[in-house]
Amino acid sequence: MTNLKLNLSLLVGVVLAAALSLLAGRVWIDPLTPDTHNAALILTQLRLPRAVLAVTLGAGLGLTGAAMQAYLRNPLADPGLFGIAPGAALGAVLSFWTGYAASPWLLPVFALIGASGAMLLLALIAGRGGGVALFTLAGLMVSSLAGALMSLAISLSPSPFAMTEIVTWMMGALADRSWREVTIALPCTIAGAFVIASARRSLDALTLGESAARSLGVDPLVLQIQMIVGVGLIIGSGVAVAGIIGFVGLMVPHLVRPLTDRRPSSLLLPSSLAGALLLVVADCLCRVLPLSSGELRLGIALSLLGTPFFLHLLLRLRRGML
Amino acid sequence: MGMGTRELSVEGRLHEVTIQCRRGLVTAICGPNGAGKSTLLSCLADLQPVTSGSVRLGGRPMAFSSPRERARWLGYLPQSPEVAWDVAVEVLVSLGRLPWSDAPAGENAQAIEDAIAAMDLEELRHRPVSRLSGGERARALMARVLATRPGWLLADEPLASLDLGHGAALMRRFRQQAQQGRGVVLVLHDLATAMNHADHVVVLDKGRVVAEGVPEVALTQELISRVWKCRARWLGDPGERALSVASPSPVMERGLRPLD
Repeated sequence: MTNLKLNLSLLVGVVLAAALSLLAGRVWIDPLTPDTHNAALILTQLRLPRAVLAVTLGAGLGLTGAAMQAYLRNPLADPGLFGIAPGAALGAVLSFWTGYAASPWLLPVFALIGASGAMLLLALIAGRGGGVALFTLAGLMVSSLAGALMSLAISLSPSPFAMTEIVTWMMGALADRSWREVTIALPCTIAGAFVIASARRSLDALTLGESAARSLGVDPLVLQIQMIVGVGLIIGSGVAVAGIIGFVGLMVPHLVRPLTDRRPSSLLLPSSLAGALLLVVADCLCRVLPLSSGELRLGIALSLLGTPFFLHLLLRLRRGML
Repeated sequence: MGMGTRELSVEGRLHEVTIQCRRGLVTAICGPNGAGKSTLLSCLADLQPVTSGSVRLGGRPMAFSSPRERARWLGYLPQSPEVAWDVAVEVLVSLGRLPWSDAPAGENAQAIEDAIAAMDLEELRHRPVSRLSGGERARALMARVLATRPGWLLADEPLASLDLGHGAALMRRFRQQAQQGRGVVLVLHDLATAMNHADHVVVLDKGRVVAEGVPEVALTQELISRVWKCRARWLGDPGERALSVASPSPVMERGLRPLD
């Protein structure tokens, strides 16, 4: 088990960062002098669910990023960039439109369907085999299709209030989340992680290309279903509770891959842990960054960070260094 | 136990192809571009839906209880194989054990060691695939197929990117594998390699079998001239044959009469 040391240190990092994140925010809590006003309330009702959500969503994004890169054999794959998260957001927006207040479970269900639908579309295109360029373009196509439909849904939205609500929610964030969001995201993410973990050997075999993978006993249809269900559950539930948080799934596998033996299956766990670490730290920074109008939205911060990273990857890819 | 096809057809690719390959022998599938060589090989690997006829193993239509069971029997190396991630040679070879993931760890490790030794990769085992030469890479990919310990080795143009020396070395290794009782079926572009190193040759043209037998019988000068549309002549002694090819003049190629 060559990854043991890496996984352990990442795990320690996540636990430490999550614990420290409980103390940071508009109200700083000093653990040595626990007499801050409402400290217990802030911790258990605001900071703890937020930290748990950051860990859950970060792990989910890191895992799905690694899984999608392996499945599409494309180092640029990312659930946000390739249209899965926009697909989930489209589903969620449609649920706003049909009357969000009707049931709190409607939005997550719509988001799950949207994410799975986008993954299905991508898998149908990718199932045929093709180069990195084709998959990247297909992903961007799925992404812009979902984006266009979402804009359509927003522009037709019944009330200006719904429109503002949708637009703010779409800029992913973890602010003001409660245990209710945790009860949606955590079980779905765990279930999705199990599904993806069960596909790990097939993802390994895909390293050799589609026909060699089939000759090694991979059933492409089963793998496709595993990916649609796994990625759909994780990204659908994640978008439902926090909007679109992009680029984590792109960046994290790249940062972690050189530390592993580069086999897709050995990347899944460290990528999840590193994703959790990144999101906890990023969320913490967003929270303490002094901005006049509230806090920096997490989704925006990560996009600002991720775009140059993507460009850097593209340039390296062009030089054939990936 | 043999492998073969009976009146196998694949829409637009193969027409009633009947061939027979035996274990312990190196069988070469030859033919001009677009003759259906790769399609036939992927039929033998049970990876291609067929229109009619059957692929046969041990005298019966090929049927496996699961894709994994098939993977244990048939080792398949596709044409121009890709390696998506820059893994080390050892990791690449270990992918060949995926169909045996429930086998004891010791057995898997031994199979990987044997495959690495058979392809002479001991010194390269920790090297990333991106830093291998063409010949080393071909050996590593072949070791991946061997690690499965399949009954049959099916390789699509395994010598395509290799120079003369490495090509000959790899052919020797295929011969060793056949001597160990495996069936070896190769799609070969180079007719001289097929002539000198194969035991059995199948020649395809436009999806049909036009010759089958030992190399000297299947690959006659007349047949090559007819199928490949060039004037071919074998030089040298048996076992060390070379093919001399006179290209038709540009005028003849265009089907024009010389005085036009």
